[in-house]
Amino acid sequence: MRFTKDHEWVELDGDIATVGITAYAADQLGDVVFVETPDLGKSLKSGDAMAVVESVKAASDVYAPLSGEVVEANGTLGDAPETVNDQPEGLGWFAKIKIADRAEFDALMDRPAYEAFLGSL
Amino acid sequence: MSEETLKITPLHAAHIAAGARMVPFAGYSMPVQYKDGVLKEHLWTRTHAGLFDVSHMGQARLRGEAPLTAFQRVTPGDFKGLKAGKQRYSLLLNASGGIIDDLMAARPDDDGLFVVVNGACKDNDFKVMGDVLAGQVEIERLENRALLALQGPEACAVLAAHIPQATSMVFMDSAALEGFGTDVLLSRSGYTGEDGYEISIPAHEAERVWNLLLNDERVRPIGLGARDSLRLEAGLPLYGHDVDESVSPIEADLAFAVSPRRREAADFPGAGRILGELAGGATRKRVGLSVLEGAPAREGAEIADVDGKVIGVVTSGGFAPSLSAPIAMGFVPPAFASPGTRLRVIVRGKPQLAEVTAMPFVPHRYVRKL
Repeated sequence: MRFTKDHEWVELDGDIATVGITAYAADQLGDVVFVETPDLGKSLKSGDAMAVVESVKAASDVYAPLSGEVVEANGTLGDAPETVNDQPEGLGWFAKIKIADRAEFDALMDRPAYEAFLGSL
Repeated sequence: MSEETLKITPLHAAHIAAGARMVPFAGYSMPVQYKDGVLKEHLWTRTHAGLFDVSHMGQARLRGEAPLTAFQRVTPGDFKGLKAGKQRYSLLLNASGGIIDDLMAARPDDDGLFVVVNGACKDNDFKVMGDVLAGQVEIERLENRALLALQGPEACAVLAAHIPQATSMVFMDSAALEGFGTDVLLSRSGYTGEDGYEISIPAHEAERVWNLLLNDERVRPIGLGARDSLRLEAGLPLYGHDVDESVSPIEADLAFAVSPRRREAADFPGAGRILGELAGGATRKRVGLSVLEGAPAREGAEIADVDGKVIGVVTSGGFAPSLSAPIAMGFVPPAFASPGTRLRVIVRGKPQLAEVTAMPFVPHRYVRKL
């Protein structure tokens, strides 16, 4: 699993990247009450706003950690947005992206680097 | 505003110790939530008792020859008729009938008026009152007092263990009494729609009283996040968001604060505009909106009619924990203000179905008689 400074995580299986927000991000947001996942087929550039996650008090963007095309969105979050809090780095994933450039993945932080980054906040 | 210039309340250390997440609010460092988080804090207040630190709000005594009569010069309320032991919600108005602030004014005793105003507005409020009422009232700001709110269906039982007289008060009663071993200005009121109390105590006693109340397992500390979602469900406007100096009491759907006697006398600031709007001349009205699909519509979201024409704006909105659905408040022309009117709210460019809904969204549970 790789991580961004915006607290997204990515897991890569072949050229399909599963993307979600980290446990740290989910904890900071508080109880998630609404999730807007990206449309299928949407073309994303790394850094684009790709989804929105909302707590009782605020809406926050989720950014695409890498470029590619959305091939699947997590439909279960519509009825069960709390999954993002319960299993942020598992069942609470947001979308699957068919990536264009594996080098973007390799450039992301690994877990020790992300944890060091969290320690610096 | 940088962290260093933020003021703190007498309960700052207690908030940190309780695991609060502190944010800047009204010039103060205030707890937006504790460990439970906004959703649980909200639901706890609706089912048990929530304890809020609202010491950032402005407390003052107005004294003078005839402080009640004088206070009518800046508000549309019937304060001459305010009996000792009673509190009234009112509005500080500018000369054109716009709302400078909303406030509570009470007579806990015979010592003039006890006034509580919003924290973000307090310096200006007391300046305006001082200017307009110069020579008629003396304003003593009570900066050495803290203010707690204990809200929820178990608030009365919790407080009764410390202040037995609290059980004999009804909604909007006010009293000066001894409690917690100190002097207390108590009112049965709040900003959540629940039964509850606002408790003014000397600042140096605040942490002791706070901890005493939290020792009761029915009580949990509640942050500003849940305070906002609770008041939104209760249909209560938030100054600076739903209401500002451009908005009149009629537009704000606060006509109840313009007393019948004062309407007849037409002797309050902005009476021409306000009476004209009462007679049907308002061009916009604050309404409640149930958002029937999609994301919560938040402050700034446009409101459109079913044909897509923009007719208004959301002034506050979010997710209602007690309803598990998004709700909002906003302003629309009177023709669109009737409950049941179908509208659209535009969230991130997408129109979503919404319906004008009578407020409160969650019924008030004030104790109006014993």
